[in-house]
Amino acid sequence: MKNLFSGLMIFSLLSLTLFVAGCSPEGTGGKGGSVSLQGAGASFPKPIYEKWMNEYGKVNNGVKIDYQSVGSGAGQNAIIAGTADFGASDDPMKDEDLKKAKGDLLHIPTVLGAVVLTYNLKEVKEPLKLTSDTIAGIFLGEIKKWNDPRIAAENPGAELPDTEISPVYRADSSGTTAVFTDYLAKTSEKFKEKVGTGKQPNWVQGVGVGAKGNDGVMGQVKNTPNTIGYVEIAFAKENKLPMALIKNKAGKFVEPSLENVSAAAEGSAGNMPEDLRMKITNADGETAYPIASYTYILAFREQKDAVKGKALADFLWWALHDGSEFAKALHYAPLPEAVLKKVEGKINSISSGGKSLREGAE
Amino acid sequence: MSKTGTIGDSVFRTILIIFAATIIVIVVAMIAMMVQNSLPTIREFGLGFLTGRRWQPASDIFGALPFIYGTIVSSVIALVLAVPLSLGIAIFLVEQAPQKIARPIAFMVELLAAIPSVVYGLWGIFVLAPFIRSYLGPVLQSYLGWLPLFQGRLTGIGMLTGGMIMALMVTPIVTAVVRDVLEAVSTTQREAALALGATKWETTTIVLGNAASGIAGAVVLGLGRALGETMAVTMVIGNSPQISSSLFEPAYTIASVLAANFAEATDKLYLSALIEMGLVLFLVTFIVNAFAKLLVIRVARRSGAH
Repeated sequence: MKNLFSGLMIFSLLSLTLFVAGCSPEGTGGKGGSVSLQGAGASFPKPIYEKWMNEYGKVNNGVKIDYQSVGSGAGQNAIIAGTADFGASDDPMKDEDLKKAKGDLLHIPTVLGAVVLTYNLKEVKEPLKLTSDTIAGIFLGEIKKWNDPRIAAENPGAELPDTEISPVYRADSSGTTAVFTDYLAKTSEKFKEKVGTGKQPNWVQGVGVGAKGNDGVMGQVKNTPNTIGYVEIAFAKENKLPMALIKNKAGKFVEPSLENVSAAAEGSAGNMPEDLRMKITNADGETAYPIASYTYILAFREQKDAVKGKALADFLWWALHDGSEFAKALHYAPLPEAVLKKVEGKINSISSGGKSLREGAE
Repeated sequence: MSKTGTIGDSVFRTILIIFAATIIVIVVAMIAMMVQNSLPTIREFGLGFLTGRRWQPASDIFGALPFIYGTIVSSVIALVLAVPLSLGIAIFLVEQAPQKIARPIAFMVELLAAIPSVVYGLWGIFVLAPFIRSYLGPVLQSYLGWLPLFQGRLTGIGMLTGGMIMALMVTPIVTAVVRDVLEAVSTTQREAALALGATKWETTTIVLGNAASGIAGAVVLGLGRALGETMAVTMVIGNSPQISSSLFEPAYTIASVLAANFAEATDKLYLSALIEMGLVLFLVTFIVNAFAKLLVIRVARRSGAH
């Protein structure tokens, strides 16, 4: 009994300490040589962010960065509420949400992602070629069979089976869906009207099945013949799933390679607004892959804690330069040169007390 | 409760009362929080929330009926499959099996209860869904295809798969409770029946008759488990908010929609709709469990009277 009680005492003391430590807003930042940063947000860039944080910790002993992949929406809320030092979101924030933030919130694009269409058709050996019209038709339930003339017209010679197509979409709210539907809504009036855009659009009832998460969609497609679904490129590549070639704005069928995704960013770099919030689906450019997007880190321009702010700015700079090699290995496309120049300016504008925190850096 | 007079005992008693009160406070606080947070949708839709068939978060249209339908139908499928199976196992264990066999079987049933939900889900995607698509589904369609229940496209993902996975998860619980209930029926009854020349089968029917309300309690407990099951079902039910007569079509349950969407729901009305859905599930489960408790109390009292 005595042991139990002392055990309980120790436990409650421990949890109290943890609680107090968690409550103090300064944390370990500011004093000594060590800084600790806390980030939260999108799950899509989690693998690369964790890799960066890990590698950065090796070259920069004093900085410890943690990232929680709680989802884009929660990431936006975390930075607005000030519960994280930086947020992360696949979707650029809406104007009305930006207004809620106390201060000037910067959008820093970090890497590019692509959404690919993957399918389960044993008969088809060559990569399937799809246009935005055929994809929209499939997800609207208008194209019902694989050997539909609209699909066959783009895939001469392919052995398309006379079986029903079962589309798989994301049942949970997801940035992947937002990018995918943004592309289809841009190119198909009907899709825009019936399904709409967003993280959780109005899928046509009775068409297809919903699965939770990229892994859920992947599992469904991998195990069910005649399915087609959309996932983040990394999931398809890691699992060696077939990926469809998509017809881009220039009329070319392009594969979702990292170069082609970067090309989409390059093709649209000229139109990038000052605050860098931008969607790059259906981008211009001969080789641009049309279902691509930036993913962003959200950080305040004016940092309250100069030490933490500097650590964050230095980390972002490192990640976008030295870190870009790690991105490719994990199937994320690095930012093209033209965009990187603009982002550098943003990182350099991070300041504390009116003084740029990157001053004097390399 | 009588006081013993020592300080130690009264301190002990106070501590216990506080512990017991905690559970009441937690339940009341949960309900209060859920009601408060679902006020926006309660005001906006009223009872229409429960009868609406359209679920379109992007357009702020929230109707919970497809989810209520999916939850109830998948749970019913689970019970229809699990109850006969569990009864059979429990009767065998109590009435027929020699100790040598009963022990390992009982152990395995308990082992089933310990397998994490997500493992059932993975097994569902990789084994059960292909099995239904390639073997069970075509057979059902060729013999019972005239029933609307077994028409439509067969992807292996849908209401039936969800119900079957749940049946597997419910079986250990129902089996364990039924076994306890059967063991509670006094041996004198069995001896009396056998002495009168009854066969094993006749004896078993008498025992079952006496344990009836306890068995009903076990079934309702199983139903409670099925209603709240989340992960495994989400992985195989297809997550499509529709009401279809076909068991092969995808469906959606309340627990699944909560699990899939709660983390990303930032819109106020959407969040409120999800919380109200949680409230509906909470109340259904609450009623079901209360019902089960009453039944179990009844059988316990009756067997005590003998």
